[in-house]
Order: sequence, then structure tokens, then C-alpha cells
Amino acid sequence: MRFEGTAHRYGRDVDTDVIIPARYLNTSDPAELAKHCMEDIDAGFVAKVKSGDIIVADENFGCGSSREHAPIAIKHAGVDVVIASSFARIFYRNAINTGLPIMESPEAARGIKDGDRVAVDADTGTITDLTTGEVYTAQPFPPFVKAIIERGGLIESVKDKVGT
Amino acid sequence: MPRPMTITEKLLAAHAGLDEVVPGQLIECALDLVLANDVTAPIAIREFRRIGVDAVFDPGKIALVPDHYTPNKDIKSAEQAKIVREFAREFGISHYYEIGCMGVEHALLPEQGVVGPGDVIIGADSHTCTYGALGAFATGVGSTDAAAGMATGTAWFKVPSSIRFEITGELRPWVGGKDIILHIIGMIGVDGALYQSMEFTGETIERLGMDDRFTICNMAIEAGGKSGIIAFDETTRAYVEGRAERPWTVYASDPDAEYARVIRIDASEIEPTVAFPHLPSNTRPVREARHVEVDQVVIGSCTNGRIEDLRIAAGILKGRKVDPRVRLIVIPATQAIWKQAMHEGLFDVFVDAGGAVSTPTCGPCLGGHMGILAAGERALATTNRNFVGRMGDPTSEVYLASPAVAAATAVAGHIALPEDLA
Ligand code: SF4
Repeated sequence: MRFEGTAHRYGRDVDTDVIIPARYLNTSDPAELAKHCMEDIDAGFVAKVKSGDIIVADENFGCGSSREHAPIAIKHAGVDVVIASSFARIFYRNAINTGLPIMESPEAARGIKDGDRVAVDADTGTITDLTTGEVYTAQPFPPFVKAIIERGGLIESVKDKVGT
Repeated sequence: MPRPMTITEKLLAAHAGLDEVVPGQLIECALDLVLANDVTAPIAIREFRRIGVDAVFDPGKIALVPDHYTPNKDIKSAEQAKIVREFAREFGISHYYEIGCMGVEHALLPEQGVVGPGDVIIGADSHTCTYGALGAFATGVGSTDAAAGMATGTAWFKVPSSIRFEITGELRPWVGGKDIILHIIGMIGVDGALYQSMEFTGETIERLGMDDRFTICNMAIEAGGKSGIIAFDETTRAYVEGRAERPWTVYASDPDAEYARVIRIDASEIEPTVAFPHLPSNTRPVREARHVEVDQVVIGSCTNGRIEDLRIAAGILKGRKVDPRVRLIVIPATQAIWKQAMHEGLFDVFVDAGGAVSTPTCGPCLGGHMGILAAGERALATTNRNFVGRMGDPTSEVYLASPAVAAATAVAGHIALPEDLA
């Protein structure tokens, strides 16, 4: 999996309430959720994000609630991959299970600036900041987790298991 | 002989059919309960249908609790609740809780004996970690995990390492479970226990009642924890006896189990604590927060909406009046708590003081309904999160504290200690 897009840079502890505020949780429609993605931390996000863009953040991205609406909103807003120093664990799980690629790399998170063009090779874990020429390496996924992602998310791997 | 293990490692090993596990190991566990609510279940149900199985793994081991936007806030939330209700009927889910018997999930399930000691539980709600107070492994997951759990009765986990908190000494007046956990989160930060289990031990914890223990484990997620856990003891036994619907199993950490960290806390140093916006770790002693005036006080939620919480608040509000500039909203967490509070005369106290009492709901805790904040307004709440926009407008603010501080604040009109009141 390879991605290339513009980086949108955020700080640490970006919580699920700012990724998708609870006032919009009375629906689970991905298109509806995407309209309000990042609204309470960056009101202009939806207007500026382009398909294929990348979110870059510091520690503990996605902390707070278990709402899968958060990775869904990000994915359907057009974001292809999230790079962070670290992820809150439920968000990490949800991203894997719903097929939103995420990469853990404190160096990349520190180095990449807002607006940089970034290329990601998820298979090798290589992150290249095309604006600065800097190259970073992300933690590879454990094989078990990689298998879920390659199968296209948890539901597909469960289908294999139960034989449907 | 298996290696010495923590209570969490033992629980996970037993549910994975293994003699031992080590932190970092990926395992698949049998589940004793899968939970979802009116926000997360609709997605879980959609994903479950994609799997294509014609039955759930066990209709008696799934709990569906419409509590976030119920009684239905608007047409959209009514549609969500309807999806959950119809699914529960179609698949014969016995633990579905309709209006009239529902409550905030994490107060309701222990109360109804649906979760018990030794269980492994996943819930599509981050505060599922609450049940660790019973000596269970309980953790929040997303809707897709819940869907897979409903179909297969299993979930994958990475075995967490554990932090052991040893709390000893006497608590000061007006200091309870909420202050203990806020103190800990303030100390280690909102990612201080990321991917880890938080094990609470020590004589101070042993002396706490179940309601305080639930409050502590409830907020493990606010330190990034995967789970919080308190070992089974006589207090746990007294709570689950006659209540738990399944036989339970007792696990305890081996004395020589390995911990990633051991943190010792002298209970007498913990003060009544308040978390300032916009992180639960942004804590200060209440005595340094008296300058903060509030527009609203909320007493409720899965953190502090239990009977003991309401008793403490009523004890302070009795014979007093809520400051005219403050709106006090009291939300008993379940129908049983509501009824108990009514019988004890607590509603008379709240209403005579000038407060409003609501039917059980999550309501304002997540900015859903029943007490949303306008731009620039400030609330002090006994809830668990104070993120930007959590209770309403993105410019509003939430301060987190105990029921005692909440009651005193409602009377004073600014953040206050009970002893500040005339
Ligand atoms: S009371 Fe608040 S924290 Fe608890 S389950 Fe409801 S919304 Fe979540």
C-alpha cells in the first residue's frame, strides 16, 4: 500500500470528541460523519482536506471514547493514512479493524510540518517527507495484525473463520 | 509450574486456554459478555450482518443498552435505538434494556449481575473498564470488534503489561474514589498507562466500598489504560452474592508477578481534586480552584451516578439552596438507583434545594441532551471527560470532580469544598 498526500499537522492527545463531536453521533452514516471531521479542533479541516491527504499528530492520537465513528469520519473525509507518535489503544484497534492505515513513528511525527507533501509505503514502513527529503521508518505491524489489514479488516477475516 | 502472573495475565490465560501468557503476546480469548449501546450497536449490527451468520454466538451473553441518547433525543437517535431494539428481538438477546428498566450501561450491568468476577468482557464503549472493580478483565473496543464478538464469542488481545498502584493510609475527609483516580491521572497523564492494565491494590483500596471501586476502574481509560482491576475480596463477595447470574471465578496476582511499574501512593496526601479543561489529567486541588464560577453542575454518569454518590451529594445539599446562577442536574444512573434515591427521600433534598432530577441517561456527559452548554458556559460535573466541546459548544468548559465537590459547588456558585459552606 502506497500513499501520497499533503500533511495536516496536530498536537498531542487529539481526542475522539474533537475528531467527531458527540452531537453528530445520532447517525452512523459515513458521509454525514465525514462532514464534521475534526470540527472542534480545526473548523476548516473538511474544506481544505483533499482525497489522499495525511494526518500527522503527536502522542496519544484518538484518545477518549471507543466510537468507531472517529476512524470512519477520518477515512471518509478523504484521509488515507494517519501518522502519529503513538495512538490510544481503542483507536489503534478500530483503525486496524476498519481498514484505516495508521503508522507509529515519533520521528516522522516530530519532523513533518503542516502542508508538507508526504509519501508513505505501508509495506516497508517507509515515510518520506517529499518537501524536506527526510526519510523515516515506522514500526511495522505484528504479522497477526498485518493479516487482518491485508484481508481488508476484521469482518473479512471473521468471514474466513466462520466460513460464510 | 507456569510463570508467576498478574491477575490480568491469569484471567487472559484462562480464557485463551493457555497455562501462561506474557505481556505483548497476541492471544484469542473466549468472551463472557459482549456489550454495545445505542451509539455503537448500530454500526456493530451493520458489520455483524456483513459477516453473514444467522445467529449470535450466545444470546444470553450479549448486552445491548440504549443509554446515550435515550429516551430518544430526536428522530435520528430514535432510528438508532430502533435498529438496536429490532436486532435484540430478532436474535433473542435477553439482556436488552428498554426505557423503564434501562440505566447507564456501566452502572447497570454490575447492578443486574450480568458481569461478574473472573469474566473477560468486551464492550463497544470505552468505559467498559469499569467492571474491573469486580475482579474481571473488561475493556473497551470498537463496533467492529463487538460485531466479531457477537458472531464468534471471541476477541483478539495483546496481553498488556501491568502497573500496580499500592495505596495505603487514611483518606482525608471528603476524599473518595473520584479524587483517588483524578490524583493518579494527574500524576501519570492521559497516556500514562497506554496499552497497560492498571491494578489497584493496598489497604486504602481494600477499605473502599464497591461504588468507589467502580469509579476508580471506570476512569482507567482516562489514563490510556486498557483495563483497570481490583482483586476480589469480601466486599466484592458481598456485592455479587445473590446478584451474579453466572458462577464466578476468583483470580489473584502472584506475589512475585512482574509489573512494568509499581507506584506507591500515600492516601493521606490526596486532596479533593478537580480536573480543569480540557484534559482529565489537568488536575489541581479544589482549594486552588475556588475562583472558578460555574453555570451548571451535573451529578450523574457511569463514573458517579450511583446511590452512594447521590447520598453524599444529598448530605451536603440538605437544608441548603443551589446558587440562583447555577443549574443543578441530578441523574441517577439506573432505574434501581433512581427508586432507591426516591425511597430514601433524596429527591426531596435535591428538589427543595432547587435542583432538577432526570430519568437515567448519559445525557449531558457526552453532550448528548438534557443539559447542553452554550458558548462560553462552564460546568462542574461528576463525569469523566472534559475534552473540548464534550458537553456542548466548543467554547464551553467542563471541570471534573467528586459528588461532594459538585454539591458544594452548586450551593456556592463557584468550585468549592463542603467545608466552605456556611
Ligand atoms: S455516562 Fe458518559 S462516559 Fe459513561 S457511558 Fe455514558 S456517555 Fe459514556
